[in-house]
Amino acid sequence: MAHIRLEDISLSFPVLHGNSRSLKKTLLARAKSTMTAKTGAVGGRMRVSGNSTDVVEVQALINVSFTISEGERVGLVGHNGAGKSTLLRVLAGIYETGEGLLDIEGDTHALIDPSAGMNRELTGRENIQLFACRMGMSRMAALELEQDVETFSDLGAFFDLPVRLYSSGMSVRLGFALATVPRPRILLMDEWFMAGDQKFQDKAKARLEGMVDAAEILVVTSHALTVLREWCTRIIWMESGEIRMDGPTDDVLDAYEAAVALTPA
Amino acid sequence: MSVSSPASDVARDKAPRRQARRDAPRGSAAARAWADWKETHRLWRLGVRLGWLDIRLRYRGSALGPFWLTITSALMVASMGVLYSRLFHMQLATYLPFLSLSLTLWAAGLSSLIQESCTCFLDAEDMVRSVQLPLLLYAVRVVVRNAIVFAHNIIVPLGVFALYHLWPGMNAILAIPALLLWALDGFAACMLFGSLCARFRDISPIIGAFLQIVFYVTPIIWMPQQLGAKASLLLYNPFYPLLEIVRAPLLGHVPSFQLWAIALGVSAVFWAIAVRSFIRTRARLVFWL
Repeated sequence: MAHIRLEDISLSFPVLHGNSRSLKKTLLARAKSTMTAKTGAVGGRMRVSGNSTDVVEVQALINVSFTISEGERVGLVGHNGAGKSTLLRVLAGIYETGEGLLDIEGDTHALIDPSAGMNRELTGRENIQLFACRMGMSRMAALELEQDVETFSDLGAFFDLPVRLYSSGMSVRLGFALATVPRPRILLMDEWFMAGDQKFQDKAKARLEGMVDAAEILVVTSHALTVLREWCTRIIWMESGEIRMDGPTDDVLDAYEAAVALTPA
Repeated sequence: MSVSSPASDVARDKAPRRQARRDAPRGSAAARAWADWKETHRLWRLGVRLGWLDIRLRYRGSALGPFWLTITSALMVASMGVLYSRLFHMQLATYLPFLSLSLTLWAAGLSSLIQESCTCFLDAEDMVRSVQLPLLLYAVRVVVRNAIVFAHNIIVPLGVFALYHLWPGMNAILAIPALLLWALDGFAACMLFGSLCARFRDISPIIGAFLQIVFYVTPIIWMPQQLGAKASLLLYNPFYPLLEIVRAPLLGHVPSFQLWAIALGVSAVFWAIAVRSFIRTRARLVFWL
């Protein structure tokens, strides 16, 4: 039985920029602050620790708890920066949290970035071989994969050119064709899969549906509420790193739409 | 959708399904680092492949490929050999083989390994942030990449040896365990410098400058004997034993037990520091990139 259980998961991470990247400046600032002995913690969603090094800590997730059991199709909604993608990355095991309990049963596959794990200097074909190697496929399986992706992505001569020469739509097609190959028990999906031209969209939809059907659990983030209404059985509404609402699709989405309509853009 | 099904089935049937991740990222930091290592071990082929691809990409479109490395280091050795044998009043026949070997061991070996370890994780930023792969895999990649470059460069001293009809004899085999020690140290360097340089971007140039100093104070272009009675002081320079355990066998000598002991001791301490630092920084590393 695949399941996901989160209890009190919090995650904060530093946003490093400018001076905070410098060892010299960090050491100097630390020396200075021990001499002046400034105390007092600063609370809040985004706090600045120290003064001259400017390490901004972003509290991306705050005490997130939920359980997803087999068969559930969960949509994540919320404004930009509400913590949807961060949550997805936590579930995918890319971000590790120090606090709370994370219990995931079943293999996960995350569609986070269309060019995930791709080397832009390599050709489409070589990227597929690399992908096959990452998945631990045999030579035969890799060859079949190559043909399948070549047919599906329909890139023609570009297939043997470096990915950096591709238009953004072309990279999405290649990335999509590759990313939708595994059949994981838990599928985590970011909203990028909505890209591509109309003809590709129809093809993509069929392929994606096959993948979603095979998955025991789906977690998807999207701003396209119609898609979520169609696919999801449950919606988790994130706001500033916290769960604002969690329930059946229509209840949560109605409340969400009402809230969005209230707040001026 | 008919076109999409074949490989999907293939993937399902033949690819080993990834292990259920139950509480995998939990446990102590050390346990998680250990899990990272075990996963790296499982995927070692991918690490090797990434290293190869780096080389192929670097020289894509050039007819000579990685042999450009060989040519540039040959030119370097030839010009420095003629100049410094004059400066040091040495026979070219004794100095040039020594210099060609030392320069290659330093530039394509120790120095490049340490310098490239700094960008170990920075170079892989996109992958680290979007694909769940063990971090130590990128260390394997750096070590493999350097081993390939090294293999191309070692041709130059071998050519010089052939030119002067030198043959190190069976002692040369002793260089192999020493080179393995270098690979291990390079791996540790990735763990330590790779994560430090991700956090503090000015460490990489600091290490570069430091290596420049080491180049001059270590007997690379000059011979230890030139120091005369003060040569024992060299034992305080950890780079000297590390270099000598590879160089001496290739020149036909057996390195002393003392040199090996120091090289192993230094490596052990370095490893201990690197492992500690990696355990502490591993989980935060992705946020620093």
